Amino acid sequence: MVGTSHLPILVVLLPLVTAYITPLLGWIDKRICNPLVVVSMTLAFLASLLLARSVLTGGVISYHMGGFAPPFGIELVVDYFGVYMCIIISFITLMAAIYSREYVAKELHESKTVPYYTLLMLMTGGMMGASVTGDLFNLFVFFEILSISSYALVAITGKKVAIMASYKYLLLGAIATSFTLVGIAYLYILTGTLNMADLSVRLQSVYGVGGSSWTLIAALAFFMVGYCIKAALFPLHTWLPDAHSMAPSSISAVLSGILIKVGALAIIRVLFNIFQPEFVVETIPITSMISWMAAAAIIAGSLFAISQTDIKRMLAYSSVAHIGFIILGIGLATGYGTTGGILHIFNHAMAKGCLFLCAGAIIYKTGIRNIDDLAGLGNKMPFTMAAFTIASLSMIGIPPTAGFVSKFYLGLGALETGTWSGWVFIGTILVGSLLTAVFYMKVINNIYFKEPLLREDVQRDETPLGMLIPILILAGGCVIFGLFPRIPLSLAEPAAKLFLGGI
Amino acid sequence: MPESLFGEDVIVRTIARIVAPFIQLFGLYVLMHGHISPGGGFQAGVIIASSFILLALALGLPESKERFKKTIRLPMESSGPLIYASIGVTCILAGGYYLQYGMAFLFPPHVVSAILISAVEIGIGITVMAMIVTIFYSMAGD
Repeated sequence: MVGTSHLPILVVLLPLVTAYITPLLGWIDKRICNPLVVVSMTLAFLASLLLARSVLTGGVISYHMGGFAPPFGIELVVDYFGVYMCIIISFITLMAAIYSREYVAKELHESKTVPYYTLLMLMTGGMMGASVTGDLFNLFVFFEILSISSYALVAITGKKVAIMASYKYLLLGAIATSFTLVGIAYLYILTGTLNMADLSVRLQSVYGVGGSSWTLIAALAFFMVGYCIKAALFPLHTWLPDAHSMAPSSISAVLSGILIKVGALAIIRVLFNIFQPEFVVETIPITSMISWMAAAAIIAGSLFAISQTDIKRMLAYSSVAHIGFIILGIGLATGYGTTGGILHIFNHAMAKGCLFLCAGAIIYKTGIRNIDDLAGLGNKMPFTMAAFTIASLSMIGIPPTAGFVSKFYLGLGALETGTWSGWVFIGTILVGSLLTAVFYMKVINNIYFKEPLLREDVQRDETPLGMLIPILILAGGCVIFGLFPRIPLSLAEPAAKLFLGGI
Repeated sequence: MPESLFGEDVIVRTIARIVAPFIQLFGLYVLMHGHISPGGGFQAGVIIASSFILLALALGLPESKERFKKTIRLPMESSGPLIYASIGVTCILAGGYYLQYGMAFLFPPHVVSAILISAVEIGIGITVMAMIVTIFYSMAGD
């Protein structure tokens, strides 16, 4: 009967089924949408935790859709990394859903409420599916689900700039998905299979052959470009600042917090689950290439962020820098480095989710988007601003917060490579963190120490409780997981070990 | 969009009226034979939707919409995937994997399999039909 053995399909089904129930119930009464989504995401979060327990005790779970055996049927594979992503996705979406109750009522037109929750659930379903699937084509399909719903969510406010941002995102996203589709086609031509585990076995015989390996290299190139656009790695990040700053803040938190990480997940799956580690590290040194791109992303993203005046744009550029940290960890392909990259997915999701929700709360209460106008907010909204400060410290990587742990692991990973480039990467991490400090400190300085223009503006006017609770939970998480990093590491470490098994 | 592309052309209006039910009947045939012959839920949904598009072209958008109101389309769009998902979950409850049809449940396995595949196809057909008509109406300026 229904036991933990069916959890892999349930974590995908819960958000997807909710996405279809929402319009039906929302048609009867709009107010029912939010509780429905919150309950569904709570269940999905609990299911992910149960799944994590069974993965930690029993190892990797394989689930056969329709009872067909893997190379022919569709297989869901829940490994340490997949369940780790599931937990993050359901948790951040749950926080965004709780936050949305009051936020959406004010920021969006009444007629947009039902589409908003429907698309949010579809997007979450796509992300959950992409995390647990063991089939390359299934990954593509789930990526389409999450991308298309995110295009619509970016434009949901209906403002002209938002529609323009969404259109730009749509075009680049369409290029990315077509590239990955071509990559999938090339691999299918070479091997005749789409199952990831089966692909990695069948590709063994392809590596040595001279002629056909060009197809293999082309496939790898298509995958890397496609998924790097999805993950917004530096030269391919141009869609991100517009899309993430123009979306409603609760959606920005989900987009910046987890959606771009699903792109990073796809990069990991392609590099380590499908291709052999020796091939991507030595034959075609793609891992060192993306490490250098990531190092460029860290510096460039931070520099762009410094020059921003709009708070949400600044946070969006900061995401460009931090996806660099994650990809750097993946590209290092050493035990500590990859662990650090995977850990940073979790820490950045919490900190950036919190920051975007805070920015949303500022806009909700005051309508201010310009960083220079934030003066006096420290007295006006003390709890929100305290959370903002804690999350900023986590982004910079100050010791008691979570950001420090993952950056420390990344530094250890860079040392582990034992080459001169390792030292360059350590320098990049340090400079990147310092640059991050520059623009976050500017905001914190404005909040607490700058004299406001008008004294009477500074009345105590805190964010509504429904929006404050998720902000505080996320900020608390930044500190708790900085003090007890073993909790996320218990999944991140075996995940990295599993990926690097071949080295 | 004007009242009708063909104005008050009696031939076009009459033919469209006569043909539409047959298109829908053919759609149902494709739907129910999906598991043993070419076709299935998606194709059937498109065929049935095309009859509404034909009516919209011949009789005009308002009259076509009168026959297939939004209050009917909206529940149909959502219920299809729910039918699909609920059958998948039924398979789990009956002791198999998600969407594993071949188990004995009141009937012998092959009969259960045929019934459930048809039910899934019906779910897909309902959604595809409602979605395609909605997309057509939106593009026509709903």
